[in-house]
Amino acid sequence: MLSIKNLQAKIDDKQILNGINLEVKAGEVHAIMGPNGSGKSTLASVLAGREEYEILEGEVTFQGKDLLELSPDERAREGIFLAFQYPVEIPGVSTINFMKTALNQIRTHRGQPALDAVSFLQLMKEKMKLVEIDQSLLNRALNEGFSGGEKKRNEIFQMAMLEPKLAILDETDSGLDIDALKIVSNGVNKLRSKNNAVIVVTHYQRLLDYIVPDFVHVLYKGKIVKSGTKELALELEAKGYDWIKDEVSVG
Amino acid sequence: MSVLTTDKNITTQIASFIKQKVNVDADPIRKEALEDFERLGIPHAKHEEYKYTPIARVLEKNFSFTPSPASGPIGSIDQFFIKGIDADTIVFIDGVFSKDHSKISSSDVKVLNLKEAIDSKNEIALQHFGKYADFRNDSLSAWNRAAWTEGVFIHVADKVSVAKPVIIYHITNATDGEVTAFNRNLFVVGKSAQVTIIEKYDSTGKANHFSNFVTEVVVNENAGFEHYSIQNDQNNRFQRNLTQIYQKNSSRVNTYTFTLNGKFYRNNLNLILDGEGIESHMYGLYLLNGDTLADNHTVVDHMKPNSFSNELYKGILDDSSKGVFNGKIYVRPQAQKTNAYQNNRNVLLTDTASINTKPQLEIWADDVKCSHGCTTGQIDEEALFYLQSRGINKDTARAMMLYAFAGDVVDHVPNEKMKEYIDALISDRLHKDF
Ligand SMILES: Nc1ncnc2c1ncn2[C@@H]1O[C@H](COP(=O)(O)OP(=O)(O)OP(=O)(O)O)[C@@H](O)[C@H]1O
Ligand SMILES: [Mg+2]
Repeated sequence: MLSIKNLQAKIDDKQILNGINLEVKAGEVHAIMGPNGSGKSTLASVLAGREEYEILEGEVTFQGKDLLELSPDERAREGIFLAFQYPVEIPGVSTINFMKTALNQIRTHRGQPALDAVSFLQLMKEKMKLVEIDQSLLNRALNEGFSGGEKKRNEIFQMAMLEPKLAILDETDSGLDIDALKIVSNGVNKLRSKNNAVIVVTHYQRLLDYIVPDFVHVLYKGKIVKSGTKELALELEAKGYDWIKDEVSVG
Repeated sequence: MSVLTTDKNITTQIASFIKQKVNVDADPIRKEALEDFERLGIPHAKHEEYKYTPIARVLEKNFSFTPSPASGPIGSIDQFFIKGIDADTIVFIDGVFSKDHSKISSSDVKVLNLKEAIDSKNEIALQHFGKYADFRNDSLSAWNRAAWTEGVFIHVADKVSVAKPVIIYHITNATDGEVTAFNRNLFVVGKSAQVTIIEKYDSTGKANHFSNFVTEVVVNENAGFEHYSIQNDQNNRFQRNLTQIYQKNSSRVNTYTFTLNGKFYRNNLNLILDGEGIESHMYGLYLLNGDTLADNHTVVDHMKPNSFSNELYKGILDDSSKGVFNGKIYVRPQAQKTNAYQNNRNVLLTDTASINTKPQLEIWADDVKCSHGCTTGQIDEEALFYLQSRGINKDTARAMMLYAFAGDVVDHVPNEKMKEYIDALISDRLHKDF
């Protein structure tokens, strides 16, 4: 589904990604871990199409298409979804109207008819239940004044609405209380199928107890320096990153 | 065009134009006004209040100020009317009252031709006419005072709440050459009375036209006055307005200035809060493109204690348009417990668009709450990316953000029909497709 080969990217003359290789197949869950500042969010943003980053090398194909050729909205319509580490507050833009516009533009792209107001609200109700998000939150302007946890929950709600093929969750667990973590993870698990894939960026094993990964990768200084199965995450939890850093410097 | 054109030339040119149009010598007031005008002159580029609004150059370049042939019949003007709003309408064509097109059905509002009201010695009109605007220190106002020909006098008696808004359509027929108009209006709102007045400016034809209007408004004790200015004309409109509003105890004023299309606007809006317990709101929205210049100069003058004023002006500037905002707040020594707020926010969509914004607070009282803020920025790229990352194409995402930005002003429009009307204008302008 997603194939990343030797991806290198920079921002403001600083190279952040130094040759990433990653293969994600339909049905898989990949966890990306790594120390602060190693480039996890950068990778997520580059995949979502943030234009501030300049691609220096490499290629990314998504379902056979050259992803790097596409604009952020085209990528989303192809089925990529990024749950932001720091969701943006957009004053004055109604969450519901925004969601309806997004969904209908995606549906149009998929050759489906736009949803009318009634069916849209019905769908919304259904997905609201899934992630247990309150209507009153959605009646407000997009993320404006939302608490950290509310923002994260809103990201997962949007994901549920848009039903992406590849979801990239960037530290969705940070800022969530213990109950919310369960609810949100449950929501993600319910949306998993053999046709879609998830990349979870996280610092904690806690999330991976709920969303169990097939593969765990360690990103360090803009490179994937170690890959393994879910046991790797447990090892990291126990030992931290120093041993990996040592391996790399010896390497 | 001559190479050596100075403001002195344009002033002389305009003075002789005034003399051709009206018999200044027959009226001591006009005579005095003309002298003031010649003394003051059209403001030059170094004039503090016209730094970014080169009115002398603009007038020189675009107007001959010589009599032009009378325009032919204007044809249908229905296109200019605001649909779906039950209102009394007054139509001026080239500054001349058009009885045929006007329709006043309310009995609770008195609408007269100002010239006739003055000539027939209408008591209320005489009591207030020319008493509020500063004609002696502002050359454009002096020009209007010397040259004005017609205008509306609206009087709402005490305790009368006028149900229907009154719409004044100022229409210019610029098919057969340059047109100028110098109207004077006087609105007197009686004690505990209430009225909504909408002024809209339109034109047909391609010739340049300039209007220099002065409107004086008196809002008596406990009265309410709502005023809309809709500036959405073709790009051959050049306009200068002075709206001078004088407020008494416990009166309420809301003004809404929407500037969308046209070539050159200088809007002077002055609120004189000469009473206690007053509440005033000034809202403005300018969506500019092409090479439009829109200059909003506002003054709020708190003269007495315990009053409240709030000003919110927002602008979106595209292409090589220019915006100017100058907001003066005066709080006089005895105006303790004043609350005065001002906010001007701008979005520049291109490198060639510009805005000059200047808050000017002069506070002589010590127990007051005043704040002002102005921001100028580009469209928020991070927010744009967020919207796009959900599948919304860039143009729609931009429109969404700009519509939200503008909506902040539109939301304050209390009249539902007007809100719908303005919302439609703005939606269209911003290519809203969501
Ligand atoms: N505009 C920029 N100019 C220079 N460096 C930048 C810029 N933007 C980001 N960086 C740097 O890129 C590096 C990677 O940042 P990124 O956000 O991808 O890290 P991360 O792995 O997601 O970290 P965290 O775990 O803290 O979320 C950081 O060192 C960051 O400071
Ligand atoms: Mg990060």
